Amino acid sequence: MKRTAEAGQAPSGADGGRLSPGARPRILLHLGLLLGGFVMLVPFLWMVSTSLKLPPEIFTYPPVWIPTEIAWSNYRRTLTALPFGRFYLNSAFVSVSSTALQVLASSLAAFAFARLRFKGRDPLFLLYLATLMIPFQVTMIPNFIIISRVLDWYDSFQALILPTSFSAFSVFLLRQFFRGLPMEMDEAARMDGATSFRIWWQVIMPLSGPALAALCIFVFLGSWNSFLWPLIVTTSTDMRTIPVGLSAFQGQYNTQWNLLMAGSVIALLPVLMVYMVGQNLFQRGITLTGMGGR
Amino acid sequence: MAVSPTRTAAQGGWWNRYRADQQWEAYLFLIPSLAGFLLFVLVPVVVALVLSLYRWSLLSPAEFIGLENYRVLLTRDPVFFQVLGNTIYFTLTIVPLQLLAGLLVAVALNQAARGMSLYRLIYFMPVVTTIVAGALVFQWIFNYDFGILSAVIWGLNETTGLPIRPPDWLNDPSWARPAVVMLTLWKNVGFTMVIYLAGLQSIPQEMYDASEVDGANAWRRFWHITLPMVSPTTFFLLVIQMIGAFQLFDEAFVMTRGGPAFATSTIVYYVYVNAFEYSRFGMASTVAWVLFALIFVVTFMQTRLQGRWVHYETDG
Repeated sequence: MKRTAEAGQAPSGADGGRLSPGARPRILLHLGLLLGGFVMLVPFLWMVSTSLKLPPEIFTYPPVWIPTEIAWSNYRRTLTALPFGRFYLNSAFVSVSSTALQVLASSLAAFAFARLRFKGRDPLFLLYLATLMIPFQVTMIPNFIIISRVLDWYDSFQALILPTSFSAFSVFLLRQFFRGLPMEMDEAARMDGATSFRIWWQVIMPLSGPALAALCIFVFLGSWNSFLWPLIVTTSTDMRTIPVGLSAFQGQYNTQWNLLMAGSVIALLPVLMVYMVGQNLFQRGITLTGMGGR
Repeated sequence: MAVSPTRTAAQGGWWNRYRADQQWEAYLFLIPSLAGFLLFVLVPVVVALVLSLYRWSLLSPAEFIGLENYRVLLTRDPVFFQVLGNTIYFTLTIVPLQLLAGLLVAVALNQAARGMSLYRLIYFMPVVTTIVAGALVFQWIFNYDFGILSAVIWGLNETTGLPIRPPDWLNDPSWARPAVVMLTLWKNVGFTMVIYLAGLQSIPQEMYDASEVDGANAWRRFWHITLPMVSPTTFFLLVIQMIGAFQLFDEAFVMTRGGPAFATSTIVYYVYVNAFEYSRFGMASTVAWVLFALIFVVTFMQTRLQGRWVHYETDG
């Protein structure tokens, strides 16, 4: 890697007296960052390494990083042991629907809160805000009961998607963003005879690209990685999302580390690949929405 | 929050005026969100309150018992005190370490200039990682016989002759908790780092230049400029990371199943166990409300105390 070479070469440069007085701290800085980066990467490397090993090499001391025989068959075995393809589809379908639904419903509501005048607007918005404080675990139990006993949706896509698609937080976030857009645009559009619906769709939404993109990434990632809710509302293998499927896999193959690690790699690969391409968008999404990857 | 819109729409007297033609239109816009909000947030909140006053296993009829659940939980449930203690332990270790590590990395990255985006890519990777996969690989790393951490410690033992031996991390009650802390740190440091980076980049360079002229060294500049200037970021992170830490569940569920002997069980874990293992849905709701009360009190105290240490820059 380029940066390793840089850190390695710098001391010889210092002998030549060509480096500024800040060079020594700078080298320490890069060494520190490299060390930290290595610590962050080790779990991923160890995961991939183990996923390609055969049992004798898994259980050896000292540990081997590069297996003598690359066992791709671990991946085949993992994929046949559990329907990971189905888990992918489930996760993708649930995350996409949940994101689309949440962004759509929230942007409509946020538009009303930010751009329309109506009786009861402020008390209603305050009610939304008040629920922001209530942790998910409080509503989780009643939601489970409503889903399984009242609506009879236990172990279904509705159960996975709907209860997670309505968040006061995204309404709040979009409302703040919409309020920042100049009000004259709405007035002008209204003069031209545009309806509120057209103003929402053709004026406000196109101008809110960055906020919407950030929210989409935030909601999608949260849904893709969500564990507790899918764990409690599904039971059949066919309804499992990737995290829940992986956790069930752990229960069945609890010491077959090569297969468990292969499963983890399979679970992580798509998100990490998309992340590599759009790291700035991901980081902005999570920074803007500011609630972490949970 | 991290959003800072200019308040154009809020200006003007018309804003507060009410116009009849937008009344019904507004409700049409609100219907999808409001319907979901009512069904999946508001009604459940009310149900959760009522539920916490009942004893109910879903199979037998619910029995009204008043505040009995709260009384039992808060006065004679030793497991609750253990999970409460664990949760406080996790919060008090994870949050400061996370803020400190995130700030350190962010300050280093802010100086480094070169390779910044590669470092950011790497440090942030665990944030987008499914926690179940992260917990699985850490379970393997912490394996007593063949995990790499054991290997590293044995290696140190052999090369330096120091009398150190690896603990049996996940089966030893006193080591399972630090193991969960390490996993959580690995997972979240990238998040605090990115938020701190944004905070650092908004500090005007002139402040540093001026203090350099005054002869302040790097440490003093960090202490007297950087730290106060990022204190709003620190406050924001402190609030949301504490809320997050109080809700710790996934890490402990996958890596240690709350064990050994409840050593890594958290309050949320106890909600889960009460509802889905003991079928005590009323008690589970009670535990969830106690968690809410805890989060509420701590967050409230933080906002009250922020005036003492959070430094808000006033423009101009």
